[in-house]
Amino acid sequence: MSVDDDTVRRIARLARIAVEEKEIPHWRGEINAVLKFAEQLNEVNVDGVEPMTSVTPMQLPMREDKVTDGEVPEKVLSNAPQTQDGFYLVPKVVE
Amino acid sequence: MATADNSKRIKGQTGEWEVVIGMEVHAQVTSEAKLFSGASTAFGGAPNSHVSLVDAAMPGMLPVINRRCVEQAVRTGLGLRAQINLKSVFDRKNYFYPDLPQGYQISQFKSPVVGEGKVVVDMPDGESIEVGIERLHLEQDAGKSVHDRHPTMSGVDLNRSGVALMEIVSKPDIRSSEEAKAYVSKLRSILRYLGTCDGNMEEGSLRADVNVSVRKPGDALGTRCEIKNVNSIRFIGQAVEYEARRQIEILEEGGKIVQETRLFDANKGETRSMRSKEEAHDYRYFPDPDLLPLEFDQNFVDSIAASLPELPDEKKLRLMKEGGLSAYDAGILVNERETADYFEEVAKGRDAKVAANFVINELFGRLNKEGKAISSSPVSSSQTGAILDLIAEGTISGKIAKDLFEVVWTEGGDPRAIVEKRGMKQVTDPGAIEKVIDDIIAKNPAKVEEAKAKPKALGWFVGETMKATGGKASPQVVNELLKKKLEL
Repeated sequence: MSVDDDTVRRIARLARIAVEEKEIPHWRGEINAVLKFAEQLNEVNVDGVEPMTSVTPMQLPMREDKVTDGEVPEKVLSNAPQTQDGFYLVPKVVE
Repeated sequence: MATADNSKRIKGQTGEWEVVIGMEVHAQVTSEAKLFSGASTAFGGAPNSHVSLVDAAMPGMLPVINRRCVEQAVRTGLGLRAQINLKSVFDRKNYFYPDLPQGYQISQFKSPVVGEGKVVVDMPDGESIEVGIERLHLEQDAGKSVHDRHPTMSGVDLNRSGVALMEIVSKPDIRSSEEAKAYVSKLRSILRYLGTCDGNMEEGSLRADVNVSVRKPGDALGTRCEIKNVNSIRFIGQAVEYEARRQIEILEEGGKIVQETRLFDANKGETRSMRSKEEAHDYRYFPDPDLLPLEFDQNFVDSIAASLPELPDEKKLRLMKEGGLSAYDAGILVNERETADYFEEVAKGRDAKVAANFVINELFGRLNKEGKAISSSPVSSSQTGAILDLIAEGTISGKIAKDLFEVVWTEGGDPRAIVEKRGMKQVTDPGAIEKVIDDIIAKNPAKVEEAKAKPKALGWFVGETMKATGGKASPQVVNELLKKKLEL
């Protein structure tokens, strides 16, 4: 598996990363090198092997349905570049 | 997949068209806290107040699942007679939007918690259709953007961010706007019976994405368009009607349908393209590395199954079988759980048919007139029951019962005491009624001749007798006496 320049542009666009046109071939090479490295895993036969989701045999921990958090708007907004009356302000998005 | 009967088809220039509809309903899970954080799910609240640092996607925060939300999803799956998956997986659905601070929504893609099921939908004309459920999965809600607070900026409130939603995906088994509306109504009713979603569409607790395509009967499925976030049952009907006609028009003019996301403009009653969503469909799902697979055992499912309430379909059948109600009346009574509970309290130990008639005609009529819900009815089920007892024992007539109901509605109080105090008892003593009748007969010889010739004229005498007794004479006794006196 490998990617072409168009796919690199598309990945950058989806990830909202600004990539200059002249950088595209460089990134294509980087990504293809990573893919090639990972492709070595194809040599292992994993028929009938369940995907490993955790290195420790444990179950998904669950929480009780209790309100234990929140009501800290000043903390939530403390890193926001701009706020108004408790709202984050962002460039206008309207349909 | 059944082919629609002719009545559901839409006539175009080139013949009849069939509409094919599938729905994704987003139902907010009823819970105290959010799906992966301990912040409150309460509606409203100051902006960004019901938000934890998990919901705001601060670095280093980890999601921990709310057990109650999992139970609610399983409960809903059981109510939809669906397959419950003992192991399911949470995935990240990646996209950028200002109301999604994580840059991804935690959802379930390949392995949902609930698999295939079905919903039986009763149509107003008495027909029943079956709509297959494809799957139900748990996911996070996003925040809310507001656009009217600032001239050049949008405001973002994360109070909804991270609230648990169930996305319930139907199979494309729906064939008309009427069926679409009835399906969502039924789904809402089931969710409310189960107590897993409050079904409040104004507050956005239930909203639907509607997939619409059209085809010539017997053809393969056409290209579909998805109408996003329709938030009332009436709008669902309007959106389907508009969208089906739009597609038919394009196809009949030789055009092609472009698969796209559209929104429904309720003011104009039309759907239009959402250009911003064009590129959004590459969500690059992958398993969320912060969350282990969701696993539970069959005991967990069985204990939830054991606590399921009687659902509308079962309740309807029971009311028909035990109480002798018609399918139509039973359907009306079971639609809302509160209504069914009210009715059952009234009908307990009484004649179910009489109780159904009174509740549907008198109570629902009055509630509709005032735009009130049954939960805020000024007449309680025990008051309604007392009125029915007074009719059954012959203390009041059906006609007086209506007046009595009105008094209880506006003034409250114990119906029996009101009847006593205001002298509303019907007169059943034949002697007293006889006197009144004799008097009327003596004064109206012409009418007597008329009634003898034409027994239908008896009604006039009944009316006069009721008038003379202030409406309190027992209609039954009056009728018997009149027939005897007039030798009919």
